[in-house]
Amino acid sequence: MDTDLNLTQHISHRFNEELEEVRNMALNMGGLVEKHVSDGLKALLKADSKLGEKVASSDYKVNAMEVDIDEQCTLILARRQPAASDLRLVVSIIKTITDLERIGDEAEQLGIAAIKLADQNTKPSQFVELRHLGEHVKGMLHDALDAFARMDVEAALETIQTSTILNEEYDAISRQLILQMMEDPRQIKNALRVHWCARSLERIGDHSENICEYVVYLVKGRDVRHVSIDEMKAELED
Amino acid sequence: MTQVAEAPDIHQAIDGTVGSPFTDKPKMSTRNVDVFYGDKQAIFDVSLDIGNHEVIALIGPSGCGKSTYLRCLNRMNDTIPGCSVTGEFRLDEEDIYVKSMDPVLLRARVGMVFQKPNPFPKSIYDNVAYGPKLHGLAGNRAELDEIVVSSLQKAGLYEEVKDRLNVSGTGLSGGQQQRLCIARTIAVSPEVILMDEPASALDPIATATIEELIDELRQNYTIAIVTHSMQQAARVSQRTAYFHLGKLVEVGDTNQIFTNPQHQLTENYITGRFG
Repeated sequence: MDTDLNLTQHISHRFNEELEEVRNMALNMGGLVEKHVSDGLKALLKADSKLGEKVASSDYKVNAMEVDIDEQCTLILARRQPAASDLRLVVSIIKTITDLERIGDEAEQLGIAAIKLADQNTKPSQFVELRHLGEHVKGMLHDALDAFARMDVEAALETIQTSTILNEEYDAISRQLILQMMEDPRQIKNALRVHWCARSLERIGDHSENICEYVVYLVKGRDVRHVSIDEMKAELED
Repeated sequence: MTQVAEAPDIHQAIDGTVGSPFTDKPKMSTRNVDVFYGDKQAIFDVSLDIGNHEVIALIGPSGCGKSTYLRCLNRMNDTIPGCSVTGEFRLDEEDIYVKSMDPVLLRARVGMVFQKPNPFPKSIYDNVAYGPKLHGLAGNRAELDEIVVSSLQKAGLYEEVKDRLNVSGTGLSGGQQQRLCIARTIAVSPEVILMDEPASALDPIATATIEELIDELRQNYTIAIVTHSMQQAARVSQRTAYFHLGKLVEVGDTNQIFTNPQHQLTENYITGRFG
């Protein structure tokens, strides 16, 4: 289906406003989460425990937003009984913010790890391998949120496609860390911390991929979860 | 949203019917239906099947022709002066507009329930017994009693009225009256039941009872229901047909119509947007 997703054309102006408002709330939450991920990564790579502390202690804001948006969505469902694209929008928002909240949790973990690694006087050079993965994940999250804001299926599919590379990078980091641990068992503790960070970043990539899948559902009305990218494309061409 | 759709040219926009208007082995099939009230055309080239033992919901804005179409299915429009109906209508392959078809017998096979409950000003018993008596369906009083009781049971009304079958039907509550009308329809063993907004004059509890009943009746009958309540259409039907300005715009599986309609006009209507 290629019907337009116009939020502003309801006969009820109040309904227009409610949908627009909840969508903006979700976009704001996305912006905040993106900032936390970016700061968490920065704190980690620069061994900046202060910034790490800040990220770790601000996750409550993301959680509060999730609760607020959920409540707004519940009210819309109760009051308006939305159908078709409106229903898909509300459902996509409910799903998206769950993933955003989890991304927030991962960002918090990055912050905590940054504090601990900085305390250990670990040289940032020891986990420079995280930089590339981190930048990649940041980009993926940004693109996913952008696709969501613009309801852009093409962009969503492109973003989903990049997740393969991300998995490869994660595997490479894992192998590298295993080597490090084998070479110098004194580094195991820190190496494990770094590995947990890589794991967090990889999870953020997965959540971003989920958000892209909700964009496809929102715009096309097709559920493309748990299928390969080729199946996804074939499904959308039908 | 950033994109703003241009107002579609409605007549150009409805170019044939989107979706799946036809089914395998339909109970009723209609092809190329046109209906005129005098010079004014009310239905334009509608072709639609009604599947066996399915509930099909006909939805659309006021004046879209859904009730007119529904009334064609048991020739209720015959009674309206100046109304002309053309096209093909079949009930189990049988043409229902041939001269040899008695409309009264047809209406026993294709019964109708109206928006406002319209019980006869007679007792509850006589309301239900009227049809079977008229069509000579009962040989004796005992058989008639059985038809009345079983019809009231199927309509989910028997337990509430069993001690006062001789009381006037008009004294019942709105929801009970509507179920009485459904019992009256069922009493002549129809094959298809047409319902024209059967719950629009009822409160939510009575509406829920009627909807529950529709679901049960589907086991034995085929049902076509016209409704203005989107939620009701979504709840009770398996297929949904969307009418707009006398044309059949889209037909599809109800779940699909309410989550992912294919036509912009359907989308606009069910989401309450300017069409």
